[in-house]
Amino acid sequence: MKDFGYSVLKDETIDYDRQDMRIAKYVLLQEPSIQLCIGCGSCSGTCAAGHFTEFNIRRVHTLIRRGETRLLKKEIQKCMFCGKCQLVCPRGVNLRNLILSINKAIEQIG
Amino acid sequence: MINFNLFVLPFSLGLIYLLIAIGKSWYLWIKALPAHDKVKLKAGIRHPQLMLGAIREVFMEGLIHRKMWLRNPLMGYMHTSFALGWFLLIVLGNIESRFYSGTHLNAPYYPIFLKFFIHDKLVIFFEVYTVPGIFRFLMDFILLFVLSGLFLAIIKRQKSKWFGMKRAAEYQLTDQISLICLWMIFPMRLLAESYTAGYYGSGGGFMTQPLGGFLVSITPLPSDFIAYTMWWGYSLALGIFFITLPYSRYMHIPTEILLIFFRHCAIQPRKWHSAFSDVEVHACSRCGVCIDVCQLNDAGITDSQAVYFIRGVRDQYVPDEISRKCLVCGRCQEVCPVGIRTDSLRLIKRRELFSSQPSDYSFLPTASLSRGESPRQGGVAYFAGCMSHLTPSIIRAMKGIMEKAGINYVQIDENRSICCGRPLMIAGKDRQANDLITANKELIRQTKAELLVTSCPICYRVFREEYTLPIRVQHHTQFILDLVKSGRIPLQAHFKKVAYHDPCDLGRGSRIYSAPREVLAKVADLVPVINECSDALCCGGSLGILNVSQQQRDEMTKISLSTLMKEQPEILVTACPLCKKTFSKHAEIEVKDIAELVYKAIPG
Repeated sequence: MKDFGYSVLKDETIDYDRQDMRIAKYVLLQEPSIQLCIGCGSCSGTCAAGHFTEFNIRRVHTLIRRGETRLLKKEIQKCMFCGKCQLVCPRGVNLRNLILSINKAIEQIG
Repeated sequence: MINFNLFVLPFSLGLIYLLIAIGKSWYLWIKALPAHDKVKLKAGIRHPQLMLGAIREVFMEGLIHRKMWLRNPLMGYMHTSFALGWFLLIVLGNIESRFYSGTHLNAPYYPIFLKFFIHDKLVIFFEVYTVPGIFRFLMDFILLFVLSGLFLAIIKRQKSKWFGMKRAAEYQLTDQISLICLWMIFPMRLLAESYTAGYYGSGGGFMTQPLGGFLVSITPLPSDFIAYTMWWGYSLALGIFFITLPYSRYMHIPTEILLIFFRHCAIQPRKWHSAFSDVEVHACSRCGVCIDVCQLNDAGITDSQAVYFIRGVRDQYVPDEISRKCLVCGRCQEVCPVGIRTDSLRLIKRRELFSSQPSDYSFLPTASLSRGESPRQGGVAYFAGCMSHLTPSIIRAMKGIMEKAGINYVQIDENRSICCGRPLMIAGKDRQANDLITANKELIRQTKAELLVTSCPICYRVFREEYTLPIRVQHHTQFILDLVKSGRIPLQAHFKKVAYHDPCDLGRGSRIYSAPREVLAKVADLVPVINECSDALCCGGSLGILNVSQQQRDEMTKISLSTLMKEQPEILVTACPLCKKTFSKHAEIEVKDIAELVYKAIPG
């Protein structure tokens, strides 16, 4: 193939019918308050782990809701569970229980 | 055999079963103790002073129920009459029976059913000049004492408020069967003894004799037959009570004795479910004292209180969400008359649930102080804590105080903070928390400081309990008090009316009650609040609870706030960034940390 000097981006289309929504379903059942999330990102702004790494609880949430669970397992392990995110959340999302539930879901689904 | 009748069988079989069941439980629990605890137990048993202390506690708590008296006299009386009364009936009954049998070896049922076998001729009211007469008086008197307790117990079912309890524990079927049998025992004894005394026209005391005469006169059936039936009923009530006891809440009676001995031998709860936890959960009497003090009631949660949780542990079935649903504020532990460490039991369950969750903290810096954080030989290492980063005014005040006092300090978590680990531990993730502890310990070591000061009671507690640091640790209230006492910070009092809120981890968790109050007395006019010191309420922001909604938290916060506003203070003072943040949302007055108040009071 001729090298044009640029590559083609991987298809990032999300097909909800094909995505693995098991974690999302479990987590929604365990912690329904995540439906209140407006995606403001305050949680990630204050995150103690986020000061050291790329860890971003808002992104984790988005990934789960999209059913993109590949990177989740590694990512969620970085949380130090301090609870700052929960305190700054303007919507009262119960983030610590969310983290526990995500972990539980991964444990159960494997 | 003269002194035998078929009706003694239910009692005797029940007693044998009970003794075997208790013996087996005790044996298994002691056998399951780890080796070093067994050593402690053996050493403790040989130590007469320790044993005397334990026996004294068994008497005071197991029979008199001292803590119940302190809580509510009516409740205390009810418990004393049952426990001490029954105990005295057994002891005196045994002594009494010796006079008649003339031997020291009586069958166990003989003193219990003495009046069936013996019909004394002497019948004189208050015949205190004969030995049998004294006993007859005493036995009747004590029976009356127990019956008065029973009367109260029946009233308590309907009017628990009179006994200082807004809510009573709900009981399972086994508990109810046991309870009915227990309630039946003493009225049956009264009826059996009365009918017998009435039938023979002798042998009763000041209560049973006249009552017997009256009952016989109004009963159309042959009274010897009724009396015999009553003796059967009495024996059956005892027998069934004994057989159900090991499976009901009444197992607490024998287990509490063992627990008291364990405690006196300095056997401690462990991180995982152990023989000690088993003893603790069986020692729970389900009295329900823990229910009223639990603030989850304010949030409309009524299935997660310590009594129900412990019952779940005992029945080996605790739903996930019950384990998560606890503020871990320690209020129930504070009031438990048995002294069960309810918090540590809850954390054990959480460890079982969550300790296997993976974690990866390899991103943590292999311990190096960041820019501007140079070591302070012999100075102070200041750890603000995650929560203080959300209330920067506390950090500003602390730095200001230390600068004014000329303290040589370094803040460990100036730019980036590693969590202290307690939030993980409180969710049962001790193993995961260890990585954070190691990282923080290395940072603390690098500061070369002699004293670690933190603004957060949550951090303070874990530093003290889990870090095993070679240097002293202080919460900033203690640190400030030391500075004030040594005259390093001059204070100009403003004497505004302030109310002080005891944070859970500083108060009940670390027993620091006086330091903040002493500091406040120097800078303000401290007014009393409704729930103080060990009785203080949680602010509602607790990291201990994992599954309540924000609305439920808000309910708890509002009620907690209302107890602090009794004397209309101008400022609400606390010593915890989490409490400050939680209260600020709902308080109509200013909420300040003690450090902020002190900083403002430094002149110039």
